[in-house]
Amino acid sequence: MKKGLTKWFTGMVIGALLLTTAGCGGGSAPAANSDSKGGTAKIGVIAYMTGGGAAYGQAIKEGLDLAMDEVNAQGKVKIELVYADSRGEKTEAINAANKLINKDNVVGIIGPTLSGEMFAAGPIANQAGIPIMGTSTTAEGIPALGDFVFRNALPEFLAVPQAVEKAISTYNLKKVAVMYSNNNDWAVSGYKTIESTLKKNGVQIIATETFADKDTDYSAQLTKIASLKPDAVMVSSLYQEAALVLKKAREIGITVPFVGTNGFNSPELIKIAGKAADGAIVASPWFPGKQDEKVQKFIGDYKAKYNNKVPDQFAAQSYDALYMFASALEKAGSTTDRQKLRDNLASVKDFQGVTGKFAFDDKREPVMDATVLIVKDGQFTELK
Amino acid sequence: MFWQQLVNGLTLGSTYSLVALGYTLIMGVLNIINMAHGEIFMIGAFVGLYLVTYLKVNIFVAMAGAMVASALLGCLMEVLALRPLRRKAVSHLAPLISTIGVSIFLESLALNIFGPQSQAFPTELATVQMQLGPIRITLVQIVILGISFGLMFVLRFWLAKTRVGKAIRTTAENIETANLLGINTNKIIFLTVALASGLGGIAGVLVGLSFNAVEPTMGLSMGLKGLAVLILGGMGNITGAMLGGLILGIAEVFTVAYGASSYRDAVAFGMIILILFIRPQGLFGKRQGGRF
Repeated sequence: MKKGLTKWFTGMVIGALLLTTAGCGGGSAPAANSDSKGGTAKIGVIAYMTGGGAAYGQAIKEGLDLAMDEVNAQGKVKIELVYADSRGEKTEAINAANKLINKDNVVGIIGPTLSGEMFAAGPIANQAGIPIMGTSTTAEGIPALGDFVFRNALPEFLAVPQAVEKAISTYNLKKVAVMYSNNNDWAVSGYKTIESTLKKNGVQIIATETFADKDTDYSAQLTKIASLKPDAVMVSSLYQEAALVLKKAREIGITVPFVGTNGFNSPELIKIAGKAADGAIVASPWFPGKQDEKVQKFIGDYKAKYNNKVPDQFAAQSYDALYMFASALEKAGSTTDRQKLRDNLASVKDFQGVTGKFAFDDKREPVMDATVLIVKDGQFTELK
Repeated sequence: MFWQQLVNGLTLGSTYSLVALGYTLIMGVLNIINMAHGEIFMIGAFVGLYLVTYLKVNIFVAMAGAMVASALLGCLMEVLALRPLRRKAVSHLAPLISTIGVSIFLESLALNIFGPQSQAFPTELATVQMQLGPIRITLVQIVILGISFGLMFVLRFWLAKTRVGKAIRTTAENIETANLLGINTNKIIFLTVALASGLGGIAGVLVGLSFNAVEPTMGLSMGLKGLAVLILGGMGNITGAMLGGLILGIAEVFTVAYGASSYRDAVAFGMIILILFIRPQGLFGKRQGGRF
């Protein structure tokens, strides 16, 4: 009796398993190869969606989703976004790229979020002949990875000097301390830009301190910096580390301005650091206070869709990126031709997005302007 | 600056010590490395954070709450993941793997419940500070130093002088013999795991307070430092865990203060390797048997 029952039970389980697997196969298989003209263009997105920098990935996703809804509503091209989480890690970014290319068969990729991830995933997409565009990858040397690699993020070597030079002239800086995360490609590249800009302007660097991504204790470095009494501190790191640095610095009595790289460019910085964020300076291609019809419409739509949240730079740049893909796909007249998509992306000129006027130069580097911002009373305002 | 950096080093070190104490208690009694300790520490930090943020309780009440929650979690782990393995004669690596499983489970759970964002305690708590001569010290730093040294002395006294302490030491010496002597070893192990996990919970709140960052992955890096301290101080030795933590913390801070910050971990861990060359059993470890 007992044996019979077990057999019956096993049979049921196997039956159930077969049913579920069959269901899965039936649902997803045909979607992959619908490459007729006028179909839906599948665009892969690799983003940092879980982990310490998840706010970046979240903002990117929100910007893309908003743009996708608008593009699909206009009806010239139909776009479907396939998301893959990179968790801020190079290996995960590679896995995500391979999955999007081989399994999902996408026409192009937006992302990954971090420059380090792009250095890992970019060559894979390039080899497969799939256009890949980073919307937040600001380190030096990204488009040099290959002809299919783009970015619409203002690179650090253009943005950082603007912030540093503005700070030097506004606060008459003579000697500064520099801090950066030394296990993050992008932060190291930002640090090098800061260093060369300071040297060019004859500002003395009195201390260079490093830390690692995900560090939480900065008291040793900041105590050392405080004792040297710098006119300002320059920090190259992601927002989480930057916020903790600011908090600790204000706590031990460092009141001077902090100039940051792109990592300072997130409302999360202000959220985590609170009052300590006041006096943080950063150059950004995105400024929500800009009196521009397109910018204000984007902010309004974004707020309506996402619970009154003000879009940050990451949302704005990914929003623009999807519009670039949409217009390139439209010009290409195909939702699957990767080469045509690439060529049309490369020829983008006079694109008017929410981050201002945009063009790619012949090395696929963006040509765009930045505004230098400073945090005042918990708000990004223009530094004049 | 020297004194200030010394205080920085002592505070950082005492957080390492607090984490290492939990490892060392379980190592001493059960002879296993509890890989889930870092995650129990993280859950403790979150429980404390939520108590302070949403129930607006006093920080000491939050610490007590975190201690109870992580002690319960520790007990659950003992019953579900460790005891079943002890009953069967399995490889001594099995409990190690099962605690790794618990740690991954807890981290994923925390990611889903609390979200990936790093969260901070309300700032008023962390910013109270005072000036003592050349040293600027925050209230949190004093509390951390006080609690970790206090706990160490209480633990040592408790293990050395009380009946339960003696029972724990006997169990640590040899479980079978302790059983023969009429000690309920299952109860003692239960108690030890609860105690170690409770300590982890307190450590979580203190570390969260002093660094202003509580996030689901914080257990991993802190856990690794705690493990290094466990080896440095001598497996299962409480004084060793305490001093080992302080040494690691001070070494890290002084490397930054007087050397280059990029070599922070290299110097600290290079030093651990050197010490282990000279004393392979750790600073306070005995060559054989006789723990605590």
